[in-house]
Amino acid sequence: MSKTAVEKIFSEKSGNDVKAGDYVMANVDYVMVNDITGPIAVDAFNKLNMEAKSDKIIIIPDHFVPPKDVNSAIQYKTVKDFALKYNTNFYDIGKGGVCHQVMMEKGYAAPGRLIAGADSHTNTYGALSSISVGIGSTEAGVIFATGKMWFKVPETYKINLIGKPKDGIEGKDIILHILSKIKNGGAAYKCMEFSGDIKYIDINERMTMANMTTEAGAKCSFFDTDEKTIEYLNNRVIGDYSIIKSDDDANFEKVFNINMDEIENSIAIPNSPDNVKLISEVDTKIDQAYIGSCTNGRIEDIRKAALILKNHKINKNVRLMVVPASQEVYNQALKEGLIDIIVEAGGYFSGTTCGACLGGYMGVLGPDEICISSTNRNFIGRMGDKTSKVYLANPKIVAASSILGRIGTPEEI
Amino acid sequence: MLNKIEGRIIVLGDNVDTDQIIPAKYLNTSDPEKLAPHFMENEYPDLAKTIKKGDIIVAGKNFGSGSSREHAVITIKGLGVSCIIAESFARIFFRNGINNGIPLIEAKINAENFGNIKIDFDKSTITYGSGIEHFNRYPEFLGKIIEKGGLINYVVSEKW
Repeated sequence: MSKTAVEKIFSEKSGNDVKAGDYVMANVDYVMVNDITGPIAVDAFNKLNMEAKSDKIIIIPDHFVPPKDVNSAIQYKTVKDFALKYNTNFYDIGKGGVCHQVMMEKGYAAPGRLIAGADSHTNTYGALSSISVGIGSTEAGVIFATGKMWFKVPETYKINLIGKPKDGIEGKDIILHILSKIKNGGAAYKCMEFSGDIKYIDINERMTMANMTTEAGAKCSFFDTDEKTIEYLNNRVIGDYSIIKSDDDANFEKVFNINMDEIENSIAIPNSPDNVKLISEVDTKIDQAYIGSCTNGRIEDIRKAALILKNHKINKNVRLMVVPASQEVYNQALKEGLIDIIVEAGGYFSGTTCGACLGGYMGVLGPDEICISSTNRNFIGRMGDKTSKVYLANPKIVAASSILGRIGTPEEI
Repeated sequence: MLNKIEGRIIVLGDNVDTDQIIPAKYLNTSDPEKLAPHFMENEYPDLAKTIKKGDIIVAGKNFGSGSSREHAVITIKGLGVSCIIAESFARIFFRNGINNGIPLIEAKINAENFGNIKIDFDKSTITYGSGIEHFNRYPEFLGKIIEKGGLINYVVSEKW
């Protein structure tokens, strides 16, 4: 019987021939928690009184680290103590970064794997042909002990990408365009599988797109494995992997045809990531510009921003925050002289953290402040005060806007 | 699990996300007592004080969307809410609700704030002001997780 990629992977991981809609007990290849979701998982694990499957567990403090206050320090210490006690995989401050970036950089995410992460943006590893799903903390604690979890096999929405994007169009523009069609919750419980002309989309752009399938409510995302995938995996992947793809005649619940060559620079305006306009329709003045996060804080993003900022000054009314998605990204930016360019333009370049993306710290917005951000969500009060506003766009738009003092494009500089 | 519950209705809208349910600035604790007073505080500053033990939330589409924070469910549990009815739930919130032993019911009802509502789990019916609605039962094992009071008790009793 023909199957979708996600049906094949759940069949393999559950040892049963399963199809969309079936409930399965599946073996999980890796389970990841961070400093916010980890303490509840550790608590759950401790209640079970079982041994830990240490090799499968990855602990990556990222949300409120370096700790922003005593409570955060206690949460960080809780997950660190657990990691050391059970000898799990652990990425301490200075060695890791934003959890999803680390999961991909360090070779945990790979084709055909089933990965569960106690963070909603776990969907990101679909960029590397993993089935990776966001879960809660209690169930992460159960996987620590048992290595398995119940799942419902999702139906698949096929996103058929057609044509070559215009110059200057990024993965962020493509996924915002798709979100404007599918809407928040429009792919709830589904696997969003990207196929067609994916050859035009680099791995880092695929990561941005896979990341924001969460904003459509998707359970997971999936890109086919191609040469770009293999090139990314070489020299970093841990262990073997198996390349799996949907059968041509698999049962896709819906098919969306997306003409990539027609997509323009896009922006999500408050208060939802699916509230999408063309950049040309928006010229709002800004107080803060933010480049970072698991969505768009990779080296490619910082390179593009630096290229725009070079020999320019940030607008006097604006603060630009650049927060690399991992220590590896930070080190590379340092090596390439990108940090110099950003600070010379008057930008603020910090160590890696989730920080302000979720209104945690390091760039929280005050009343009525407006931020253009390369992150993933612009819900009410997401980055700070309930009256503050967040606009979501690609990192080049964010960099250009920081110079202009209002939302605008690199062409306007 | 109780076969029947009855409570006062608290009405919420569509797309209530977990950043609204409990803003990220409070995620430096997972203590239900500390989280509960901040439920929905950005949108409805007095709502947490209004909610009484046993109240039942009735919401629209995509309830609990956004972040995976289990704190959202812990906050609602901390308020003593006995059940959440929504037209649809975001998937991680749904898992967290079940895994914490809170019954979640998918149904579309036009309830009035502070009205009375009765849920009969044996008959799968919701009775309220303007009528009776039927809802779909959970798959058997999800029902068992709720019966046991959450995933941890279930895993222990089933010897996973």
